[in-house]
Amino acid sequence: MQQETLRLDKLATPLPRGAIEFVGVSKRFGATTAVSALDLRIPAGTYCCLLGPSGCGKTTTLRMLAGHEQASDGDILLDNTNVTGLPPARRGTAMMFQSYALFPHLSCLDNVAFSLRMQGMPKPERHARAAEMLALVEMDSYAARLPTQLSGGQQQRVALARALVTNPAALLLDEPLSALDPFLRGRVRAELKRFQQRLGISFVHVTHSQDEALALADWVVLMKDGAIEQQGTAMQLFDNPRTAFVARFLGGHNVLALPQGQVAVRTDRTRLAEGAGYPETNARAAYTATLRALEYTGTGFSLALADATGEELGVLLDEAALAAHPLTPGDQVALTWDPADERPLDPA
Amino acid sequence: MLQRARHWCQGHAALLQAAPLALVLALFFVLPLLATAVVSLWDYTEYSLVPDVTARNYREMFEGCASLTLCTTFRTYLSTLKLCLLVWVFTLTIGFTVAYFLAFMVRTEAMRTVLFLLCTAPFLTSNVIRMISWIPLLGREGVANRALQSLGIVSQPVEWLLFSEFSVVLAFVHLYTLFVTVPVFNSLMRIDRRLLEAARDAGATGWQTLWHVVVPLAKPGIVIGSIFVIVLVMGDFVTIGVMGGQQIASVGKVIQVQMSYLQFPAAAAQAMVLLALVLGMIVALTKLVDIRREL
Repeated sequence: MQQETLRLDKLATPLPRGAIEFVGVSKRFGATTAVSALDLRIPAGTYCCLLGPSGCGKTTTLRMLAGHEQASDGDILLDNTNVTGLPPARRGTAMMFQSYALFPHLSCLDNVAFSLRMQGMPKPERHARAAEMLALVEMDSYAARLPTQLSGGQQQRVALARALVTNPAALLLDEPLSALDPFLRGRVRAELKRFQQRLGISFVHVTHSQDEALALADWVVLMKDGAIEQQGTAMQLFDNPRTAFVARFLGGHNVLALPQGQVAVRTDRTRLAEGAGYPETNARAAYTATLRALEYTGTGFSLALADATGEELGVLLDEAALAAHPLTPGDQVALTWDPADERPLDPA
Repeated sequence: MLQRARHWCQGHAALLQAAPLALVLALFFVLPLLATAVVSLWDYTEYSLVPDVTARNYREMFEGCASLTLCTTFRTYLSTLKLCLLVWVFTLTIGFTVAYFLAFMVRTEAMRTVLFLLCTAPFLTSNVIRMISWIPLLGREGVANRALQSLGIVSQPVEWLLFSEFSVVLAFVHLYTLFVTVPVFNSLMRIDRRLLEAARDAGATGWQTLWHVVVPLAKPGIVIGSIFVIVLVMGDFVTIGVMGGQQIASVGKVIQVQMSYLQFPAAAAQAMVLLALVLGMIVALTKLVDIRREL
């Protein structure tokens, strides 16, 4: 790990590249609309996550940017060039596929050199260049191996080297961490971020995991039903969810139905009202809920609750607080929070 | 006593389970092969077989082969190999194309199944009938010649359509293309479709993807299909006889003729040489790919 950091550090910090723009982009498959009138601007050198549940159009959006899917309407720009009609290899993008799609009959070196070979680069040159890329991802000692002889994390690095060998302005990653076990996922996540920062190009990363998006992204685009539900920095999204869907999808929020409308309050800012009296003077009147389950998390307890409408709520509690007021599933509890933590939600 | 027998059976369960197949193979495969090998060393006269250990049959087969002019045996083998090569090239090209179409161009699974069954439908009739049905089509007064003449393309009937190398190759290709299509199709269906997209993403053209990704990954199917075709064509005497009008030399034909003259030792020697050659070809092919792993 140490060594890899050093090698990455040798790269001069380049000018950021890969400004991406979607202008009124739609994609229809027969009668169904996968993406409708999408407008999106991603500045150069941004780590952008397209987040959303399956079927929200995030993968279609990525594939339109890559050129593997033709937009039905609208224009896609990369570094101020309209790439809408160009074939994948002439766009300045490179794609890293889900489960990597490494060629099983080619060695790691030949996998990385593949696109150079397609361009007709002579063997010594392309092998030298591919070896350089493998060294960058710390896989040079595996150059002669076949992909099946590598672990998931190693395959991921080779796939990264293969995608970067053409020096793309934007790297497109389709669920790059889903094939890895949870332990490896965290490590690879940090690696991806470091590569993006060092190369100064844009990464567009499709995922359905909000953890991944919050941890990695400079810019999060949350999609629903083929349209953008909300976009912003990870902090903006988490601090100010626009709709109940955003609050629920990101998690860590309680969506509460109050007389003035729906609001979201972060679970770590929601507390149990103690006894009959409410300690904070400006705290809201109690919001009753039923305790469904109690989970020990190590740092404390996580309470799963449900209100009268069946909406699932959560509260984090430390051990001392629970010891003072023991609870069992089925108990009625009152919730309270600081009104300053309320975030009004747009009606759906 | 019974107890002990049961105990023995349990201890050798695997052996007992393998025994029936081993017995069948020993009786109907190993034994005849050994018999052929032994008989190839026998002597013979016009009316009798003489048990012996002699190289006479092998010596006579290659008599005169040391000189620069081709001896009969070499000419026969060359003719057989030429037919084999032609059939191999055509079955491979057509079989691969059909398999590619079935695997990549047909969209729905149901359509694929229907088309695949359609390919196998001719196998419901016998080999011989499918072969013979070419005769009324290709003969001097056949459909093909009539059509060519009435269209004014030729004035005389075309002679080489039937009882020629052309008709032999045509019949072989017709009979054996499916033996290539099926294993190649099987290989193609296993290719992850994302690999084709990855190739496109890397800037490969359609032909480059075919040559650098699809063909290498279809290699096991290609090799298995090739083995089928080579084995079938190298040993054939019926198709070459019927479609070649008994005019074309082949090793299988030579063996058949020697058998009909009751020269069993000579035929056996001929068969052993053919077997060695075909085995050599198969070994060379399997060097290209690990078939065990692919099955």
